[in-house]
Amino acid sequence: MELKLSREDAAFRDEVRTFIAENYPQEMRVPNPETDLTKEQSMLWHRILYKKSWIAPLWPKEYGGTGWSITQRFIWEQEASRAGTLPPLAFSVTMVGPVIYTYGSEAQKKKFLPRILSGDDWWCQGYSEPGSGSDLASVRTKAVRDGDHYIVNGHKTWTTLAQHADWTFCLVRTDPLAKAQSGISFLLIDMKSPGVTVRPIITIDGSHEINDVFLENVRVPVENLVGEENKGWTYAKFLLGNERTSMAGIGRSTRYLNRLKKIAKAEMAEDDPSLDEFVKDIARVELDVLALEATELRVVAQMSRGINPGPAASLFKIRGTEIFQRITDLTHRAIGNYGLALREHPASENMFMPGPDYGHTASEKYLNARKLSIYGGSNEIQRNIIAKAVLGL
Amino acid sequence: MDIQFTDEQELLRDSLQRLLRNQYDFDTRRKIVATEEGWSRKHWDAFAELGLLAAPFPEDFGGLGAGPLASMIIMQEFGRNLVVEPFFETIVLAGGLIEQAGTSAQREEFLPEIAAGRTIWALAWAEGRSRYDLNHVATVAERQGNEYVLSGAKAAVIGAPWADKLIVSARTSGDPRDRRGVSLFMVDRRSANLHLQSFKTIDGRRAAEITLKGVRVPVSRMLGEEGEGVAILEACRDRAIAALCAEAVGAMTELNSATLEYSKTRKQFGVPLGTFQVLQHRMVDMFIALQESISLTQHLNLTLAENEPGCSKLASGAKSKVGEAARFVGEQAVQLHGGMGMSDELNIGHYFKRIASINIQFGDPTYHLLRYAREN
Repeated sequence: MELKLSREDAAFRDEVRTFIAENYPQEMRVPNPETDLTKEQSMLWHRILYKKSWIAPLWPKEYGGTGWSITQRFIWEQEASRAGTLPPLAFSVTMVGPVIYTYGSEAQKKKFLPRILSGDDWWCQGYSEPGSGSDLASVRTKAVRDGDHYIVNGHKTWTTLAQHADWTFCLVRTDPLAKAQSGISFLLIDMKSPGVTVRPIITIDGSHEINDVFLENVRVPVENLVGEENKGWTYAKFLLGNERTSMAGIGRSTRYLNRLKKIAKAEMAEDDPSLDEFVKDIARVELDVLALEATELRVVAQMSRGINPGPAASLFKIRGTEIFQRITDLTHRAIGNYGLALREHPASENMFMPGPDYGHTASEKYLNARKLSIYGGSNEIQRNIIAKAVLGL
Repeated sequence: MDIQFTDEQELLRDSLQRLLRNQYDFDTRRKIVATEEGWSRKHWDAFAELGLLAAPFPEDFGGLGAGPLASMIIMQEFGRNLVVEPFFETIVLAGGLIEQAGTSAQREEFLPEIAAGRTIWALAWAEGRSRYDLNHVATVAERQGNEYVLSGAKAAVIGAPWADKLIVSARTSGDPRDRRGVSLFMVDRRSANLHLQSFKTIDGRRAAEITLKGVRVPVSRMLGEEGEGVAILEACRDRAIAALCAEAVGAMTELNSATLEYSKTRKQFGVPLGTFQVLQHRMVDMFIALQESISLTQHLNLTLAENEPGCSKLASGAKSKVGEAARFVGEQAVQLHGGMGMSDELNIGHYFKRIASINIQFGDPTYHLLRYAREN
């Protein structure tokens, strides 16, 4: 589906499309960019975008943003995801960056923003804890004031790519007596601080994406508190509101769907009755993508007229994740017997994987995609949000 | 109809449960999977000692005469404990084929050693282009004097890296998709000109691509009538499905009870997760899925044990319905465990992956739904 574009916006789309095609590093085109690239490789595109000054379309121009309209930002997202590019690290650019320029001190802006834009600092999100998943406000990691430092003790979990991180933005409890949300602060912690330990968590697909982060008497300068003490929940909520429509993942789902069609045709003979079933199943999910994409375009058009979807944007996360899970499921089913194989990690050139190349990541993608309905606010929580905040139930 | 087990069957189940409880907890399983070979000869010998491997076979061949229901009981407990050792491949598949189609000389030669656990077997039927069709065989077997010479490639043979012997389907006549003309051969895994490329499976076991480049097999090692292999494999598939459904039921049983327990103890927002109606209903649906799967699996195994007509159609129906039920339970167990469900350290994901493997072996739910619709 295409937005109806003005002549200027159409020219903009052509410009970004060409730039991506000519500049996206070939070596980043691996079967599974999230897990197959080294840290340096995954930063290649980030640095190219930084040089072009296109690294942070969401940011205000004064902080290094592009100054694009909502429509242009959407076009950029669409073209980048359709081309299968690995986006700049969300934790750095989309999450902590905006919190710092919105609520941070001038010193913090000066210290952190340039390094987020350049990619010199890799950030991870210190949110979830073993006892605080959906109930994030119940976090127990403590920060106790001691002179001009906080002493931080606690255990963060599910920390994506902490193994590469230079910094973490942490929700910590600074007032244990206050009601849950009211005692939380937003603290920036150097991952090289003494007392910070990162331990891998291997997920069911075999990859190392997430980690436990242990904080034992970590001394954090008071200058690293963002905004006011005990106001951290406000900043956390602000940050969660930045994702909006991109959670629909239309570009990625479209790419995988096109791939699935090819795989199904290659795997099943014309006269195989299973192919008819696949064709129907694929058509159903294709319609799901179309309906969600049309909704995304409608919302983008509204947003550029100043109308905000608000909590209804949760539907993009719900449907976007369900759709992608379905596509990875169908792809795994499409490769038949070779769905029995699972690639080992770390992936190596020498590892033998049976069957056609196009099926080699099908199992791990199916397994990894199970996280999508769980993280980022589980789909059950997202439905609660719509029920409460949109339907008033 | 609810199966009333005999005393002997109850004894089998109870002693197996005790053995697995004491010797095959999840940590043990993890360690076994992490070894180079990926399975435990020590535990296999313990199974043999308990009589598990002999249980289904007639007493004439060193068996306990406990029949196909013994396999059902064993596979269900193995499913509950995520046992990786190749009981299914050796006893249910190979043992079953030899019992069904072997000459008396072949049965006398091979069944006792299988029942005693002395040889490990694997069944190589699938090929790169066959998908789930038993008859789609391009590997050829050419008669040359007292031997057949096998050439071709078999795909995703589970347990092949562990096997001493293989049963291989190869075509002695006809076109690659003909129903007639496929024959079965018992082949030494270490035969000259037979090569394995091994890989790890989604459920922590081992499989291999097998290439045969002129593998010589004595005529005495053909299993069943020449050209009649597909019919033999179809009966084997019915037994395989009955066993895999039992294993899936075992897995679903553990997933449901673990999820229920987690929902009672895990608290968020100050209350146990099980307080939330959405999750309650989800677990009710998982409960219903398990109950229907138990019923259908028992029905299939009884039908098989009593050699009733319509068994093959029922087998496809069960593979499809139990398969989809198990997939639902697996996915929801992961979902209801939240982030923990994604961790490889927890057993939940491993049951989920075993179910994914079961849903591929001998045909996926869609394949069997269509077969169920078409079979008489």
